[in-house]
Amino acid sequence: MDGTAAAAPILRARGITKRFGHVEALRGVDFDARAGEITALIGDNGAGKSTLVKILSGVYAATSGELAVDGVPVTFSSPADAHALGIETVYQDLSVCPDLSPSANMYMGREALRPGLLGRLGFLDNAAMRRESAAAFQRLKVALKDMDAPIASLSGGQRQSVAICRAALWAKRVVFMDEPTAALGVVQTARTLDLVRRIRDTGVAVVLISHNMRDVIQVADTVEVLRLGRRIATMPNQGLTVQDLVGAMTGALDAAAGLTEPEAVA
Amino acid sequence: MSGDVGGNAQMAVPPGTQIIIPGAAPAPEPAAQTPPGPGRALKVALSSSPFYMGLVLVALVAFFSFLHPGTFASSFNIRNIFLDASVLLILAVGTTYIMIAGGFDLSIGSVLVFSGVAAAQVMLRVGSTDSLGTVALGFAVALLCGAAWGVFNGLCITRLRVSALISTLGSMGAALGGAYLLSDGSDIRTVPNALIALGHGSIGGVPWLVVITAIVALAGGIVLHMTRFGRHTFLVGSNPEAARRAGINVSGHLLKLYALSGLLAGFAAMLSLGRFSTTTLEGHANDPLEAITAVVLGGTALTGGRGSVIGTVVGVFIPAVLANGFIIMGIQPFWQMVVIGFVVIAAVYADQIKRGKGERL
Repeated sequence: MDGTAAAAPILRARGITKRFGHVEALRGVDFDARAGEITALIGDNGAGKSTLVKILSGVYAATSGELAVDGVPVTFSSPADAHALGIETVYQDLSVCPDLSPSANMYMGREALRPGLLGRLGFLDNAAMRRESAAAFQRLKVALKDMDAPIASLSGGQRQSVAICRAALWAKRVVFMDEPTAALGVVQTARTLDLVRRIRDTGVAVVLISHNMRDVIQVADTVEVLRLGRRIATMPNQGLTVQDLVGAMTGALDAAAGLTEPEAVA
Repeated sequence: MSGDVGGNAQMAVPPGTQIIIPGAAPAPEPAAQTPPGPGRALKVALSSSPFYMGLVLVALVAFFSFLHPGTFASSFNIRNIFLDASVLLILAVGTTYIMIAGGFDLSIGSVLVFSGVAAAQVMLRVGSTDSLGTVALGFAVALLCGAAWGVFNGLCITRLRVSALISTLGSMGAALGGAYLLSDGSDIRTVPNALIALGHGSIGGVPWLVVITAIVALAGGIVLHMTRFGRHTFLVGSNPEAARRAGINVSGHLLKLYALSGLLAGFAAMLSLGRFSTTTLEGHANDPLEAITAVVLGGTALTGGRGSVIGTVVGVFIPAVLANGFIIMGIQPFWQMVVIGFVVIAAVYADQIKRGKGERL
């Protein structure tokens, strides 16, 4: 389960702040995501998880702070900038088009065109998209019952699998997953978590935002805890319990020994 | 919420096992996905609304041909059915795009009339009624007017965020009013002979209007089903938020679609001028609703995301054949309106039943 914990972070954020008018949503957050690791980002409502993820995926601009990808300082002015660096996001509400096929969804907004003149006229290369999509599903061991039917005919869990596989297909570095199991039942949640592990095993960094502490303990390699707009703990997932996590989130364990305080970085 | 009822069958899934969809055959090989191929494509085509409605159309044609072979199935009558359907089909191709993208365009009839009046006025003033140049200028004016109204609709919908229904309802009234202003309230009946020749001429026995309409429908179908522009139309209609997150310019695409719908209305205006030699101020109030009826009969979802041009072609011809057949049988043609009204409701109901079975449990 352990990734290459010693590796340098593929995505590194330092001192991120975000102000909405007078509200200070983030007050100098540090965050690291490492290749081949699942980093869980937890925190109570209002801790700043969503805001942080939106900044890290290019949706919001930070008020101040530094971002680096593979050690190179970057600024994102739109999600497209993050996409260009291989950073993808899976949203908690399904970001799929139910009336279209799995491969049309996988290539949504990035359609493959035919070679030559037809391609320049905008003709789609459906065969290539279907082939590549099928290969991606096979790599990630997702068996869809039908590669050509609209994905409305799939279950909610399968549709979420398509959304996750799409992120995995395009993410070269980081996949953010915002509550990917929030809308799923028990069985489908277990399958989705397996899928999340397989994506981690392809070597990208996975950042899992979740309210479900059992999910977090099951799959995370590292847990980052936010409270009131700050990172207050970074915990390797070794022998962690739900109580540990809840304690860290709510501040009950602040004084307790054994928790790694966030490393101080200038 | 969308609980996977059948999923309990594979409750005990150890990590690393394949995710298997309930109902599918146990999939030992990773390549359990359905292979593509003509068989598969045929199956999809046979289960589609255009196919069923196509059967209805064939049955209607067979029925009327059997009862009145000499009149209904005569080449003169068939020609008439096609001619009557041609202008509406051009409008309905635009409506197909709009509705697949989840929109509405009620303005096309008025935009047609406005574009026709504007083009007729310009052609009238240029003089030399037989010159092809005059006709070309008329086409340019009509296309420009149509596209301008379409862009206006698109801007109201995407920038002002006024719903498509209201935006196009507003421009429906405004464009018709504008047409009356431009024509002083009475039809312009002076149309270049070259345009009338186009409206009445034929090639190899097939009227030019029918040939042109067929080309428009074919091009519309190819762009819709085979290009990125068409794919984005489906995506935008199916889930605009997902399309936006995927980097598709949803507002820009909708703007293009409304411009296209207006452009086609402008084009249809010239064909209508050529056929009737008049601006038909009063003749197009029902066009948008007839176009929507045709598109819905052809299996395009009101909620967007699904549809086809071939379905729309079938949907245009069902009412046309019915009206024509009733006249030949001596039944009052008003019955066609009654029947089509109920058929639309029945078709949408049947489609919902069919979709409700397999999907969104």
